[in-house]
Amino acid sequence: MKRFIGFVKKEFLHIFRDYRTMIILFGMPIAQVLLFGFVITNEIKNAKIAILDKSKDEVTLAISNKILSSGYFILDKNISTQAEIEQSFKEGEIKQVIIFEDDFAGRLVKENKAHIQILADASEPNTANLLVNYTNAIVRDYINKTIKDKRNVMQIVPQVRMMYNENLKGVYMFVPGIMAMILMLVSAMMTSISIAREKELGTMEVLLVSPLKPIQVILGKVTPYFVLSFVSGMSILLLGRFVFNVPIHGSTIMLLLITMLFTLLALSLGILISTVSSSQQTAMVISMFALMLPTILLSGFIFPIENMPIFLQVLSNIMPPRWFIIILKNIMLKGTDFMYIWKETLILLGMTFFFIVMSAKKYKIRLE
Amino acid sequence: MNSNTAIITVKNLVKKFGDFTANDNLNFEVAQGEIFGFLGANGAGKTTAIKILCGLSFPTSGEIKIANFDVYNEREKIKKNIGYMSQKFSLYEDLTIVENIRFYAGIYGMSRKNIKTKTLELITRLGLEDVKNKQIKEIPLGWKQKLAFSVAIFHNPKIVFLDEPTGGVDPVTRRQFWDLIYQAAEQGITVFVTTHYMDEAEYCDRVSIMVDGRIEALDTPQNLKEIYGVENMNDVFIKLARKATRVES
Repeated sequence: MKRFIGFVKKEFLHIFRDYRTMIILFGMPIAQVLLFGFVITNEIKNAKIAILDKSKDEVTLAISNKILSSGYFILDKNISTQAEIEQSFKEGEIKQVIIFEDDFAGRLVKENKAHIQILADASEPNTANLLVNYTNAIVRDYINKTIKDKRNVMQIVPQVRMMYNENLKGVYMFVPGIMAMILMLVSAMMTSISIAREKELGTMEVLLVSPLKPIQVILGKVTPYFVLSFVSGMSILLLGRFVFNVPIHGSTIMLLLITMLFTLLALSLGILISTVSSSQQTAMVISMFALMLPTILLSGFIFPIENMPIFLQVLSNIMPPRWFIIILKNIMLKGTDFMYIWKETLILLGMTFFFIVMSAKKYKIRLE
Repeated sequence: MNSNTAIITVKNLVKKFGDFTANDNLNFEVAQGEIFGFLGANGAGKTTAIKILCGLSFPTSGEIKIANFDVYNEREKIKKNIGYMSQKFSLYEDLTIVENIRFYAGIYGMSRKNIKTKTLELITRLGLEDVKNKQIKEIPLGWKQKLAFSVAIFHNPKIVFLDEPTGGVDPVTRRQFWDLIYQAAEQGITVFVTTHYMDEAEYCDRVSIMVDGRIEALDTPQNLKEIYGVENMNDVFIKLARKATRVES
């Protein structure tokens, strides 16, 4: 045991002395969460718009006010001619122009019908779509509240509620994804590199000749990374919780246990990678291609699995992060209990077991 | 040689990888305190043999005893009684001299107090007081090599295996390194060394030369030179190595 502690101490020294490792361990998770949280967001705030109000009556003013007080839009300018529309878009600042036809309130009374035209700058299609939807919703809301039951108009109004993420915050989706990505990266890549490094430097031979058992060497390698990835994972959760208000509705203990399981899985994968790579370079490249890209692309982290071609959907089943992300979202956002995630947990357990057995086998072959 | 003092006994060692016989019936003994040179061209089977002797790999057949322990069943005991140094010097570049010593002594299970006094002694002996807290990457190659050797015998093993310990080092430093080897042998540590510098072969008590997986010659350097009627070990080696039919792997 004393030997083992000495070994773990040495590993910590390696980690703390290598600033690159430290950056990956602690700088990256924080940077990732902040980046994804602040930069890549699907919600739009303070989009600049222009209004061409040909009517300027109490109804159009009320609607304009409602739109501008929603927080999604800022009035950049009021314009008065059709010609100015094109020009406003071309100046580049304005994302949307709202046009009220003349005699808006009058038509509404007389014909029970009036037109609002919404022009959006669709050179950014997603933004344009969102803005138009926001505007539509606000106008509909106005109609419902003010004019309802005045006429005998049949109205079917869908009441939409975005469950588990009422405000459609992007960060809700990214926190679980980043957790999976960072744990994969730190655990699998860092351990595989650090084991490969011992091989490259020739110190592995010395360790194997020493009375340390191979299992002690492996555990000694893995322990520090287990601890540090866990710290890393926790800092992501805390950042999510306190900076972005990502809730944890479910059991925190269960969340931590599952996180440990996933860390273990990633570590065993890292050991497996290290048994097939003889240099740090190789270990890194394999980790990058075998872990990073699939984690980002095929886990449902960014791109919905349902929209993928069948082939990729099938492939995504063998991506451990996919299952981890499902569990995380369930626990954090939906607050489900274990009954609903046992299948995913079992899959993760099975994969962990598989990787451990595989690396034990490989390790023996190499020793012979 | 008195077989009672034999510390390495190898009888009929055979190691096969599939159809390929890397070690073909090796037989030799090494006496305690002896400096035993283990020579051979690349691919002759040296590394395979040394791995078996260190307990890193099992022989296909044969009877091998290291420090009176059996390589099949008593690997753990063997490991405690041997030291190992390769040409890569096996020190951690990002740890300091003291940390390296402490780490290696620690994995051999030495007590903390013992480590402390012996570390101090070693550092004084090698004259490393001023750099003891410097990381290995900051010290010159010659020092690294001496330190690596001292670390390999720090736990007082019965045998130390040196796998081309002087690779890439200049002749003066190599000479100094051999002084360390002599010191260790005087303390009763058996030195098992592979090298491809033939001047170093002259420094050994006895030398074995492997060709194509077999030991072709085994004797003192003096006797070998007489047998083959040549001036130096280099010529002995060339005469023997010419017989090789196996392609270098």
